[in-house]
Amino acid sequence: MITDEGIAQAPFAEKKAGMPLVQVEGISKKFGGFTAVNNISFQVNHREIFGFLGPNGAGKSTTIKMICTLLAPTGGRIIVDGHDVIRDADEVRSAIGIVFQDNTLDSGLTAQENLEFHCMMYHIPRPERPQRIKDVLNLMELTEVKDRLVKTFSGGMRRRLEIARGLLHEPRLLILDEPTVGLDPQTRNYIWQYVRQLREQHDTTVFMTTHYMDEAENCDRIAVIERGEIIALDTPNGLRQLVEEDQVEIVVNDPALARQVIESSFGLLAEVESKTLRLRVTDANHFVPRLLTEAAAHNIQVESLQVRRASLEDVFIKLTGRKIRDEDGSKDQFKLNMRQMGRV
Amino acid sequence: MTTPNIALNPPNAPTRTAIQRLSHAIALEAIYGIWLRDLKKFWRERSRLWGGVARPILWLLILGTSLKPAISAQTLGGSTDYTQYIFPGVLGLTLIFSAIQSATSIIWDREFGFLKEVLAAPVPRLSVIIGKAFGGATQATLQGIITLLFAPIIGLSLPALQIVKLIVLMFLIGFALTLLGIVIASRMTSFEGFGTMSNFVVMPMYFLSGAIYPISNAPNWIQLVAVFNPLAYGVDAMRHIAIGVGLHSLWLDVGFMAVFSLVMLAIAYPMFKRE
Repeated sequence: MITDEGIAQAPFAEKKAGMPLVQVEGISKKFGGFTAVNNISFQVNHREIFGFLGPNGAGKSTTIKMICTLLAPTGGRIIVDGHDVIRDADEVRSAIGIVFQDNTLDSGLTAQENLEFHCMMYHIPRPERPQRIKDVLNLMELTEVKDRLVKTFSGGMRRRLEIARGLLHEPRLLILDEPTVGLDPQTRNYIWQYVRQLREQHDTTVFMTTHYMDEAENCDRIAVIERGEIIALDTPNGLRQLVEEDQVEIVVNDPALARQVIESSFGLLAEVESKTLRLRVTDANHFVPRLLTEAAAHNIQVESLQVRRASLEDVFIKLTGRKIRDEDGSKDQFKLNMRQMGRV
Repeated sequence: MTTPNIALNPPNAPTRTAIQRLSHAIALEAIYGIWLRDLKKFWRERSRLWGGVARPILWLLILGTSLKPAISAQTLGGSTDYTQYIFPGVLGLTLIFSAIQSATSIIWDREFGFLKEVLAAPVPRLSVIIGKAFGGATQATLQGIITLLFAPIIGLSLPALQIVKLIVLMFLIGFALTLLGIVIASRMTSFEGFGTMSNFVVMPMYFLSGAIYPISNAPNWIQLVAVFNPLAYGVDAMRHIAIGVGLHSLWLDVGFMAVFSLVMLAIAYPMFKRE
């Protein structure tokens, strides 16, 4: 017999499992008169790789700082792993591993010492430390350089060490703020491999920010953020459909007939240029097979076919009316302004 | 029949002892970690130890011995030897230099990002501040001990007990001054850093502390400033121990520095909370 009491005592863990790992409800952050984050809400699910895509200064880092308890929101609520970031800051901190945008290693210590320091700060039980340090060094392939001072490390090595350190306390949520800025493409790919491996092997949920479009493609879901607001939130494919603009180019033996068939079958107007037809479609993956079937039915020979899928860049332009600003130059100016406002 | 619903402890119930829980709450190990890091870096920049050698040479052996003939024992309130009179003052200078220098490293930590690693950790802010202050106090004491080695050169013989007392005092003074440095440094945002500190904090506090002349002979306004100067109490306390002369009672000196430390902690604490 199950009593009411029994139901009320359902294990807490079960309740937690049904909840998203991160729940952000209507948070805002104002610095004086400047609104950095304006009433945004989203969820990050367990085992998800969730991305924040937006230009510098859009509010990405501010949001991250609020999630990891470094900054108090002006309004709204954030729950991480069942804990409120204001009330239970220490629990939230223990559940999170963060890799900040800027270097936060002590370059006057060795890699090993940086990791040991982290163990002490995160109350990792002493007997477990040597093994855990060994494991993360291995994972990030830093074992050989563990006794070198961090100041002798390259940018990629530092980044890997920061990720290693972020993993040391086995966080439920790994936050990566612009994890690959300033790294060469090879190292970038490398880091992405690690991130996916983490998810597979440790069920780590990843929350990351980026202003690189190609990098956002690695995420399960992306929130596009601009001027402190989320203007779209979907899977990369879902976002692409927003622009309805995959390009399909075919070269056929009978362009006039093909144009006519396409118009009557799909209601699409093709641009014709000698034997080439150019079409804009919502979802090329599904359109192309149907197109080929129709062509075959009308005895049109398709000599070649080319698909250019909409990029997230196109999505961003469509949503905001402009390109994502690549403003590494003006970033320092931005930081300076922030500092003058007493924020940094 | 049904098995009764027994409310067991939650699966992850902590089985830690009271002591473990307390040490977790105040994050003893985090304090130790922050202290250890400061000391490691101090050891790697051993050249800073030369400051502990250069200052006594400059102030005691050059300034002190040169001024000695010009200053009568009477002005010094009974003490006969000027170099011995300023010895605790030079100890104080070493302490304040070292303490403020170590506190200034917070500015560097912020500029180079390391502070974020500390502040994002599940560690009480108070432990962070105390760890830093212990680090500064230890460095100051180590430099002070180097300065102590000059005592025999100026003819001051210190029995072991006095040396122990001086070391304890130096740690307390270093602790109070590092906290002062932390309070100032957390308001500073860039590399103006130690130069500014040295000109506007260290030297004025030194000159207004009675370290190199008796404060009782100074104009009223200097005496008034010295009332609030922790270094004045520190030097006075060390003078009690080293040469048996002092302006206030030893307990007033120690009490002032303890209260001063608490006030600095209270001021620093909110500055380390959320931005």
